[in-house]
Amino acid sequence: MEEGKQMSQSLKNSVTAYSIIKEHFGSAISEFDPNETMPFFEVLDVSRWTEIALFMRDNSKLQFNYLACLSGVDYPAEDKVGIVCNCESLGVFNHKLAVKIKCSRQGGSLPSVAYVWHTANWHEREAFDMYGMTFTGHPDLTRILCPDDWVGHPLLKDYKVQETYHGIKVPY
Amino acid sequence: MTLTALSQFSLPFLMGSGLNVWSETLVGFNVWGLPLGLIILAAIPLVFIALYSLTYGVYGERKISAFMQDRLGPMDVGKWGILQTIADILKLIQKEDIVPTSADKFLFVIGPGILFVASFLAYAVLPFSSAFIGANLNVGLYYAIGIVALEVVGILAAGWGSNNKWALYGAVRSVAQIVSYEIPAAIALLCGAMMAGTLDMQQISILQSGEYGFAHFYLFQSPIAWLPFLIYFIASLAEVNRAPFDIPEAESELVAGYFTEYSGMKFAVIFLAEYGSMFMVSAIISVVFLGGWNSPLPNIGSLALNTWTNGPVWGAFWMIMKGFFFIFVQMWLRWTLPRLRVDQLMYLCWKVLTPFAFISFVLTAIWEIYVP
Amino acid sequence: MQELDTARQASVRVNRKSDNRVVIEKDLMTEQMVLAMGPQHPSTHGVLKLECFTDGEVITEAIPCLGYLHRCFEKTCERVDYPAVVPYTDRLDYLAAMNSEFAYAIAVEKLLDIEIPRRVEFIRVIVAELNRIASHLVAIGTYGIDLGAFTPFLFCFRDREIILGLLEWASGARMLYNYIWIGGLAYDVPSDFLKRVKEFVAYFRPKAVELCNLLTENEIFVKRTWGIGIMPADVAINYGWSGPMLRGSGVQWDLRRNDPYSIYPELDFKVPVPDGKSSVVGDCLSRHLVRAYEMDESLKIIEQCLDKIPSSEGFNSRSAIPKRIRPKAGEVYGRAENPRGELGFYIESDGKSTKPIRCKARSSCFVNLSAMKDMSKGQLIPDLVAIIGSIDIVLGEVDR
Repeated sequence: MEEGKQMSQSLKNSVTAYSIIKEHFGSAISEFDPNETMPFFEVLDVSRWTEIALFMRDNSKLQFNYLACLSGVDYPAEDKVGIVCNCESLGVFNHKLAVKIKCSRQGGSLPSVAYVWHTANWHEREAFDMYGMTFTGHPDLTRILCPDDWVGHPLLKDYKVQETYHGIKVPY
Repeated sequence: MTLTALSQFSLPFLMGSGLNVWSETLVGFNVWGLPLGLIILAAIPLVFIALYSLTYGVYGERKISAFMQDRLGPMDVGKWGILQTIADILKLIQKEDIVPTSADKFLFVIGPGILFVASFLAYAVLPFSSAFIGANLNVGLYYAIGIVALEVVGILAAGWGSNNKWALYGAVRSVAQIVSYEIPAAIALLCGAMMAGTLDMQQISILQSGEYGFAHFYLFQSPIAWLPFLIYFIASLAEVNRAPFDIPEAESELVAGYFTEYSGMKFAVIFLAEYGSMFMVSAIISVVFLGGWNSPLPNIGSLALNTWTNGPVWGAFWMIMKGFFFIFVQMWLRWTLPRLRVDQLMYLCWKVLTPFAFISFVLTAIWEIYVP
Repeated sequence: MQELDTARQASVRVNRKSDNRVVIEKDLMTEQMVLAMGPQHPSTHGVLKLECFTDGEVITEAIPCLGYLHRCFEKTCERVDYPAVVPYTDRLDYLAAMNSEFAYAIAVEKLLDIEIPRRVEFIRVIVAELNRIASHLVAIGTYGIDLGAFTPFLFCFRDREIILGLLEWASGARMLYNYIWIGGLAYDVPSDFLKRVKEFVAYFRPKAVELCNLLTENEIFVKRTWGIGIMPADVAINYGWSGPMLRGSGVQWDLRRNDPYSIYPELDFKVPVPDGKSSVVGDCLSRHLVRAYEMDESLKIIEQCLDKIPSSEGFNSRSAIPKRIRPKAGEVYGRAENPRGELGFYIESDGKSTKPIRCKARSSCFVNLSAMKDMSKGQLIPDLVAIIGSIDIVLGEVDR
């Protein structure tokens, strides 16, 4: 956040929500990044992500009942892939918070939150399809947009498209 | 020449003496003692009426739907697209006749045939005018009800033979639907037959003639008659698979139902059979409840509208017009109403139409015995 | 006889394999039929494929298979500049291209932190609301077709045609406009445009009533949709539903009101939710009714905009567009209320490149459709069609 600028109301709400989570989970989550466009924190202890998600959804002061978006992201500089979850408390507190979770680029795996928010089900499949990280505990982790027998994960920055697919030349 | 004269001399005047000679020769044409010539003579006008009614039925449907939907409809072939159906048939004849490799070939081919024949067999007992009926059976109405059910066989053959899941769904739905709706339809027609006291279609028509025109029609002869009339009309929609009961071919659910796999002329045959049966049920309802070939116009004092507009040729005119009117109503409904669901369709048949058909049956019987 | 026994054993084996099947009578030897509904089916609204497991006409499970229209939107975004993404967003929800562009513009402008001229905002809202009406017209018309009513569809398309004509006049394209740019508009609207929009609003009001009489109040239509595919509000939120779908479940949630953007806070409009009398809250009919009411609200919004819009004197629609769009490093999740729900863009910028590092489209149809598997259990095939129709998917947005 730039100096001298007034902190907006929605950002203040996010800070309050973050402090509750921080209080409960301590060092499992990182410090808060209070930017105006998308305030977020990162989950450092990846194995506790499902627990954090459940806490965020069910705590009476948080009630993040709505997962707006779950996007896979590639961080080639850190040799990591991750997901960004935009959570929101729809109709209750209307506060928003983004969560980042990262895992290793090769064969990395993250806990699934498909049972916490149904939205995550297809979005995690999409992230798996595009980035290749697996989600442990996901009910049906198959490719969703690409064909089942597609090679590679297209949204990785170093992705090279396969030469042929069932005898069809792929690069045009 | 006045209109009265036209009705008295209309048949020989229109046919001409040359045609008479020709027809008389044909009548005399007996092979091995069978009156083959007579059959041909009777079949020619029937086939023409049927084919014209259905080609223009298709054209009419397109034009009527276009009118209801703020469109123009076919406009290119002929003036106002009047030759469109003929062009369509010509196109469909030229198409490759595709039989899917996994289909049951025999059933696949025979299905449309059965459908087409079944929908046209009932034309034999339709009295097109006082002077013309294909086969004047004394159980004509019974025959007409029974022959409609034969279509089920064609539909089932087509649906099963296609070896397609959608077609099978369509066929099974269709069988369930037509067999169920036979019951209210037949009971409703029985009410009409009870009022006439005969199953002879020609006789039913004759019994409804009189100088007051429409007042002699069975629909207006008893205060209950509107109930079987409505029941039969609704049930007939289901029997010929028209909206809102077009679930056997429901295009948004079953792609095209039992004729999903058909193309070319086989498709055209199924399509024409549908229009054939549409006219058939319309004709049956107008014979039983609306006087068949009788003119609906009454004689008002010296203005003898009824006498002027009755006669063999006028009869054919009224008969076909009444049939077309009901076809129009069927189209009107089709382009207005959504489709019922399968279970709602069965609910309507077994829990609404059938009980009411029985009630109207009993009431008509009471009326016939005690009232007049 | 022996063949019969073999068949019976075979059927029993099949029963054991499938876990979710309800065995009614073993002697009937009923088997599950796998029915591939789509990708070339008339009522899957494009190229959606539903793998249906059916027991007679009852669906035990329907699994949506996607990807037939996948066009690598997100990969393409990483290769082109920020402004060049706009035409691609058109192709997401091609029935409401203005709204898609609007959402993308909002997201990038949030990242750029720039001021937009007021007239631009008004024009954006007018075209977006026009597009919303056009989109809802398609939704309602095709829903009629799904249930077997043909005529409302053509009535809807007749009126939609006028909107497309207006938008074509403004942008030069009929469906994929590329009109709302980051920081401005491609052009100011033509001189008589606002007058024509006013005329359209006056023309469309009675037509909406006519449509309502023909379809929404039709007894058969109500019977087909009443109580079908009920989605409770909490489950709907958990599924991430948004837009008319969520409002159909009785949650008064509209991003134009609850997370306001552009000039929506200044405008007076209602967020319609089903009242529970004319429909069961959360069923197909509620979702349909919400769409029908929303068209009215959009007309209201357009009328207010027409009254308040600043004059075009000295107005340049491109004045606020940066010469070179290179946002500072950071992420943004920008979203807008599309006709089908919340369309969000997650954009990540590294502060150096003129291309986004990551641009993810959170499409409302994708999320709404994910509830299909739950909603279809135990429904009849005709009801399944009614449910798909009420979700109102655009496969361009689902598959991206």
